[in-house]
Amino acid sequence: MTGAQIAANALEGIRHGERKRLAAQLFNGFMYGAIGLAFLALVALIGQTAVKGLPGLSLQFFTNFPSRINPSTSGAQSAIVGTVYLTLLTAVFVIPVGIATALYLEEYADKTRWWNRLIEVNIQNLAAVPSVVYGILGLAFIVRGPLGIGPVLLAGGLTLGLLVLPVVIIVARESIRAVPPSIRDGALALGATKWQTVSRQVLPSARAGIVTGVILSLSRAIGETAPLLVIGAASSPRFNPSGLNDAFTALPIQIFTWTQDPNPQFVDQAATASIVLLLILLGMNGIAIVLRNRYEQRW
Amino acid sequence: MGSRSFSATVTNRGGELSSLDESLPEPTGAEVLPGESVRTSEVMSSLDHHEKGIPTSDAGLGMTIFDCQDVEVFYGSHQAIRDVSLSFGLREVTALIGPSGCGKSTFLRCLNRMNDLIPGAKVGGHVIYHGQDLYAPEIDPVQVRKRIGMVFQKPNPFPKSIYDNVAFGPRVVGMEGDMDEIVERALVRGALWEEVKDRLDENAFGMSGGQQQRLCIARALATDPDVLLMDEPCSALDPISTGRIEDLMSELKERISIVIVTHNMQQAARVSDKTAFFNVELAADEKSRTGVVVEYDATETIFTNPSDKRTEDYVTGKFG
Amino acid sequence: MTPVTSTERERVRTDLVRARSARSAREGLIKGILVLAALLSIATTTAIVFTLLQQTLSFFGTVSPWDYFTGTKWTPLLAGDQQSFGVLPLLWGTFYLTGIGLLVAIPCGLLAAIYLSEFAKPRVRKAVKPILELLAGMPTIIFGYFALTFVTPTILRGLFGIPVNQFNGLSAGLVLGILVIPTIASVSEDAMRSVPSSLREGAYGLGAGRLQVALRVVFPAALSGIVAALILGASRAVGETVIILIAGGQEPSMTLNPTQSFQSMASFIAATARGDIPQNTLKYETIFVVGFTLFCVTLLLNGISAKVVGRFRQVYE
Repeated sequence: MTGAQIAANALEGIRHGERKRLAAQLFNGFMYGAIGLAFLALVALIGQTAVKGLPGLSLQFFTNFPSRINPSTSGAQSAIVGTVYLTLLTAVFVIPVGIATALYLEEYADKTRWWNRLIEVNIQNLAAVPSVVYGILGLAFIVRGPLGIGPVLLAGGLTLGLLVLPVVIIVARESIRAVPPSIRDGALALGATKWQTVSRQVLPSARAGIVTGVILSLSRAIGETAPLLVIGAASSPRFNPSGLNDAFTALPIQIFTWTQDPNPQFVDQAATASIVLLLILLGMNGIAIVLRNRYEQRW
Repeated sequence: MGSRSFSATVTNRGGELSSLDESLPEPTGAEVLPGESVRTSEVMSSLDHHEKGIPTSDAGLGMTIFDCQDVEVFYGSHQAIRDVSLSFGLREVTALIGPSGCGKSTFLRCLNRMNDLIPGAKVGGHVIYHGQDLYAPEIDPVQVRKRIGMVFQKPNPFPKSIYDNVAFGPRVVGMEGDMDEIVERALVRGALWEEVKDRLDENAFGMSGGQQQRLCIARALATDPDVLLMDEPCSALDPISTGRIEDLMSELKERISIVIVTHNMQQAARVSDKTAFFNVELAADEKSRTGVVVEYDATETIFTNPSDKRTEDYVTGKFG
Repeated sequence: MTPVTSTERERVRTDLVRARSARSAREGLIKGILVLAALLSIATTTAIVFTLLQQTLSFFGTVSPWDYFTGTKWTPLLAGDQQSFGVLPLLWGTFYLTGIGLLVAIPCGLLAAIYLSEFAKPRVRKAVKPILELLAGMPTIIFGYFALTFVTPTILRGLFGIPVNQFNGLSAGLVLGILVIPTIASVSEDAMRSVPSSLREGAYGLGAGRLQVALRVVFPAALSGIVAALILGASRAVGETVIILIAGGQEPSMTLNPTQSFQSMASFIAATARGDIPQNTLKYETIFVVGFTLFCVTLLLNGISAKVVGRFRQVYE
């Protein structure tokens, strides 16, 4: 190899190194640019909601009913109350059913049987069904059809319950699976029955994870608009639901109604209601995080 | 095995086996709490009146508690053990030794029907306990596990208080009597009472590994079983904790029968009256491995004068 | 063999068989209750498929499937000759807006995932991950409001001077993209993190730089997980309703011009199905036939994703 060749090779190596460095810089530019853009979009989203909504946030917004004529006396009481009721109703339905299903699949089901695999695959698929389809189910099966209870609070709770049930089952299963098998062996070896083992050792050990998962699933239910629109939640009612069989609305529905209003002051109220909705969600997420940190069982 | 009695075997650590003792330091250090001076056996004698129905005299010695005939276990189509015929003496310690994968633990789990819980596991043959076949159709496996306690390889306390750990068994089997008393008695028998009596409400996960394992033993004793199955109970513990558990075993032996699976041959020699040596047999296709019993005799005989070449190779450390 | 005394034997025997029937009845009852709960999810699916299918069949009794699947005009609410039931504009709206969204979300989501998995300090990742999950759970109605009141007037018309309609596909599509960024970022980050570190160390040992390891080693190894993340994001966008309903308008169209108004399958359902819709009408049936089409599309996407994830698991577990 001549000296010239060696020099050329070295030069080529340096050039190659430079190209590599250039590519890395370019990529870094793209990467930080993309992240920055996403971050900016997020800031704009929060900012727009805050700028438009905060001026309307007053005590009156919580205590007044929505008005169709005068934005200055309008509030979201019926929507806030409706959302709280809906959440409780959904929880009452989804917690026992979700945990029972999760217990069956994790503790009892023989995975080699085709029907148990069918249940599992089915739940995975249900979790991916668009929420608007649950609205159709609620309309045709709960509001009308077999149950036929009308567009009332109970119908809303059941529809949202069916919607988040697969998610609750999936998170509950994960928590139950995290309990080591040695705990089950220990309990069974002491003469406990299957159910005693499950109810007194497995379930309490999985409690923190299940509670956290349920709260996060419920916060998903609260933000849903489409299914409630489809089953026919009331728009801007000037009353709170007085029972399970009463008409109702919820914050997302109220927000939607306000965005459709030609009066821009009402559109701003949509932002105010969004802030209330976000605060509720943040509160629920906060509770979930605190519970997880305090009670999570480490093995 | 028939009716041969092995009551006259190495119950004290004498003779040639005494050298093994030196590898075991006296309990000192971390696990010994200040003020712990009461010997477990002394406390136990004061609690004798609690024992129901299980004679404490020598009357039962030489009798058989388990008589296993041609026990075999399949996991799906794989045969884990075959033709295991062993009988265990009342109030004796029997050790099951052998290389990994020879089916010792599998066999042990047949004795309290824990194998029922493994999907696809099938048990054949007979396990006769006090004259009753545990695999007879009318037998309730839950009742079997209540009478036959089990301790596992890794300490597995429940993530609850020490008290609740011990009280769990008595509660689920519906034992009558004062729960505080039942818990205290179990912890005394488990040689743990002095260490934990002031912190019964604390979470069991805060204990050391050795304490956790003794808690698991105490927990198993709380329902008054007359057999304790121990599946390598010391393999996850340090030598000091191991020593304490071995001491505990020799005390427990006065009232209950113990079957222990161990990888540690010195441990088998120290604690057991009889020893069964399991080995793996390759099937003709050299693929499936099945555990069989090679030799079963008094522990002293197994370790000093085994009749089978494979036993000799194993106990002298040539393989395994 | 020397048995224990016969009375002791008898005692043991009664003890071992005691209470079996009562207990197994109770245990059986509990298992039965759990099975019932598990069957509810099967019942849900059955009810969904049954209601959708029943009305769909009734719909196809009036409108021919050929007209439905190949027609390019969707005007079910008009009367007489104006009425037409071609679903293609709704399918086009659904996939076109999803496409605009993915154009934004794929680069942003994947680059964010690469950053979090390969470049970010553990502290940053620990802080960002929960925020991503929180964003993924943010109500879509707020995104819809944002598209209508900010993206359309301020960004598209104001900043870029694009003459978009008040309701337009561009705004809805872009915000759909923002909506699914957290999903794509979070799921593909999980996939990249599950690539064994031995692979990375091997590449570093050969003198590769961080970027090369990220792009040539980690990215390909996590590819099936990343594809699953993209499908999941697409599936969310396909099923999303209110963003398009609020900002995309309610006129189905089959144009490439994103400044126009669009309607998707989901937004058509929400715009048409309200509590007061009269039953046993063709209008009522359209909800179900479109719902069934949407259901099949998402089921298909989910099936593909499950297949891809299945392959991905085989590699590393």
